[in-house]
Amino acid sequence: MAQFFKSLAKSRMGLIGFTLLAVLVILALLAPYLDLPNPTRGDLRARMVAPTWTGLFSPGDHPLGTDQLGRDILSRIIHGSRITLTISLFAVVLGGIIGVTLGIVAGYSGRIVDTVLMRLVDMQMAIPLVLFALLIVAALGPSLTNLIIVLALTSWTRYARIVRGQVLVLREREFILSARAAGAGPVRIMLRHILPNVMTPALVVGTLELARVIVMDAALSFLGLGVQPPTPSWGRMLSEGRVYIESAWWVVTFPGLAIALTVLAVNLLGDWLRDYFDPRLRT
Amino acid sequence: MAPILEVRNLTVAFDTPAGVVHAVNDVSYSIEEGETLGIVGESGSGKSVHVLAMSGLIPRPPGRIVRGEVLFQDEDLLKMSPARLRDIRGSEIGFVFQDPMTSLNPVLTVERQLVEALTRHEGLGARAARARAVELLEMVRIPDAAKRIKNYPHQFSGGMRQRVMIAIGIACRPKLLIADEATTALDVTVQAQILDLMKDLKRETGMTLVWITHDMGVVAGLSDTVQVMYAGRILERGPVDAVFASPRNAYTWGLLQSLPTAERRAAGKLHQIPGSPPDLMNPPPGDPFAPRNTFATDRCRTEVPPLRPAPGSTPDHLVAAWYDLPALLAGGTR
Amino acid sequence: MKPEILSVHDLTKIYRGATEVRAVDGVSFSIAEGEVLGLVGESGSGKSTTGRLVLRLEDPTGGTIQFDGKPIHDVSQSAMKPIRRQMQVVFQDPYAALNPRMTVGDFVGEPLLIHSVCRRGSELRDRVAELFRQVNLDPAMMKRYPHEFSGGQRQRINIARALGLRPRLIVADEPITALDVSIQAQIVNLFKELQEELGLAYLFIAHDLSMVRFLCHRVAVMLKGRIVEIAPTEALFEDPRHPYTQSLLSAIPIPDPKLERARSRINFDRDAHRFAPDDRLVEVAPGHFVMGQP
Repeated sequence: MAQFFKSLAKSRMGLIGFTLLAVLVILALLAPYLDLPNPTRGDLRARMVAPTWTGLFSPGDHPLGTDQLGRDILSRIIHGSRITLTISLFAVVLGGIIGVTLGIVAGYSGRIVDTVLMRLVDMQMAIPLVLFALLIVAALGPSLTNLIIVLALTSWTRYARIVRGQVLVLREREFILSARAAGAGPVRIMLRHILPNVMTPALVVGTLELARVIVMDAALSFLGLGVQPPTPSWGRMLSEGRVYIESAWWVVTFPGLAIALTVLAVNLLGDWLRDYFDPRLRT
Repeated sequence: MAPILEVRNLTVAFDTPAGVVHAVNDVSYSIEEGETLGIVGESGSGKSVHVLAMSGLIPRPPGRIVRGEVLFQDEDLLKMSPARLRDIRGSEIGFVFQDPMTSLNPVLTVERQLVEALTRHEGLGARAARARAVELLEMVRIPDAAKRIKNYPHQFSGGMRQRVMIAIGIACRPKLLIADEATTALDVTVQAQILDLMKDLKRETGMTLVWITHDMGVVAGLSDTVQVMYAGRILERGPVDAVFASPRNAYTWGLLQSLPTAERRAAGKLHQIPGSPPDLMNPPPGDPFAPRNTFATDRCRTEVPPLRPAPGSTPDHLVAAWYDLPALLAGGTR
Repeated sequence: MKPEILSVHDLTKIYRGATEVRAVDGVSFSIAEGEVLGLVGESGSGKSTTGRLVLRLEDPTGGTIQFDGKPIHDVSQSAMKPIRRQMQVVFQDPYAALNPRMTVGDFVGEPLLIHSVCRRGSELRDRVAELFRQVNLDPAMMKRYPHEFSGGQRQRINIARALGLRPRLIVADEPITALDVSIQAQIVNLFKELQEELGLAYLFIAHDLSMVRFLCHRVAVMLKGRIVEIAPTEALFEDPRHPYTQSLLSAIPIPDPKLERARSRINFDRDAHRFAPDDRLVEVAPGHFVMGQP
């Protein structure tokens, strides 16, 4: 643990990413306890108010402006982060676990298993997102958990393809042959030898997926999945605010910035994590 | 007669995030026209790097020419403009590298690659260039040259590809041909054929040849002069007969001793050089071989020995050593 | 005569792709307990494939392999596990043969865990330390990663791992080819010491004939998937009978300028060469077999 933070402190980029992410997470956790304007019920007399900054947080102040229903945007962003961060982090991790596991199994097993799994990947990627989401809603109902499941299931294929490719190369490397010659069974090889060596590309895919997933939840909430208005979510704020870009630029820009900052933080942290796990760079 | 190539105090370093790598340290030597110089060394010896550096083939940064001059026909290669260097490379200095798979363009026919060199440097027209290209393939003994010239690199075996590389290297009749581990990746019988080819080519064209290798046997068969490098320095240099018959540097001696010959088979154990090659980021002070040298004196460990004529040998047999190896060996100090 | 530990008969491996490649084509040899057999050949000879077949890292298309008298060519991979305890491997590339993300101590100890020879903890650590010492490496370096070691040291680590289970046979696939010349002698000496100390048998696959001459009791020369000559070492080097063996020996560079200048090459066109349908190994002298017409 101490090792982790010590080497984090040495990397400027990693530290920035970590701090940024930490701030976001803390704000998300503290949201209900902060004295913020109501994010779901707006004051219709204060619709589309431009960002005002009087230097102090006085009531009636809207540092980031209000949206089309008079709701304070800063408050919506902070409250919205709870939903967005939860959904996206869980979806990325779940998708990653499924994708990496299937990718390793496909890459290391025989031709039949590989073919079956890769055709599964093709099928998954061929199903249009909307159709797939509708199917899940019909089958399982429109809850937050199911939204996470949908996002994970549309995400895993990206990990699987890349990891499988990496495994195909690795399995011919001599240290794998050496493990087989020592009597190691396939499970041991996959867990102990292959998995640690595919973590790098998996992490990269993960950081890219996060950005995609955050924006996706907006698309899916149209279909009744996940958060329903007036509960704020960043993706939804983006899609609703789009139309006001010329008249009230702040309605879409600030949620967009929030997403960009989160993705940046995760990318920086991800870069550092990759280096941290590589023994060659650690000494 | 002036030497065709004169290297003076060449020092090359690489700036990496982990530190400075002192790859080439104060290397000086000269090559006469028509000579075959065999440069021997292991990984980290600087044998390839110094040649690439003087030809402008190392990336700068992170490479850096710290100091030195390399006079090729009285022009300093290190001070030349990149354009002039490009003109010289290929036409006056030819190269043959180790891996023909990556040195040849896999999507161009052999003809295209030869003709490209010929039209650029020799200014030949298309028809003349094609004819010369076939001639070149015949010179390197590729059977059925007129037909095979239209093949792609992957249609040749490893040895054949290396012959194509040699053909490209000599295409413009260079004065100096530099071969960097050109046969290392080849089978031993193929290597033997290529070495015989090089001897024939030398006789036919009179070109000067620099042959870089790690194999003492190859050097013995091909070179007039041998140069032993270690940690970016020349440890010994001289006519091949003199150096092999009476090595004066403990490293040269150690290398020759560790090769399995009849006597050592009888002894049941090979002579081994202890330790590992040096860390070029923190080279030891003094003689770079001293840490592994059982004959090292205190002076070896603190002062870098200069390259000087070896006492009692031909004047062009040079060695960098503070100790007198023949005396130590005769004195029975193993 | 020591008992045979490995016996290979008519071993064949055919790769069926766009063209049919007979990588190993009817190879037969045996290795006695404590014996070192050198398997020599150039690229395409099938020597490395033979090594992998013996280790059952690939499955033979035909022929038999017997380890300690018991057939292993057709048993399942899980049935191979107890056999693998007695048969270990050292590969050519010391860099690729180590898992870059595992400490070298864990790597050397892994076979001991797989076969439940040692329990995790101090028992394992002690045994690994012992193995490190056996290959002249400092046990304190156990916790380091492969990239912190030089090529020669990594090869020692590979050897330490191979010794852990106290095997009776080690298949060494070009173990010194990728090493610097000044390190090769160290590793070859180590191989010899271990062989004498532990009574190991080796299948020593190499293309460097001079090292083979130093280390092996018998040598087999392979060409295009077949053994063309097999004999006790000195007999092969002093009296090579097959033209390919002769050409191979005449091609080895000798580090002596006078001898090099004086010699003449014996040429052998590998591409043009074809085996005759009734070519077999014929005994031309005691223990010395050459491929030819009976």
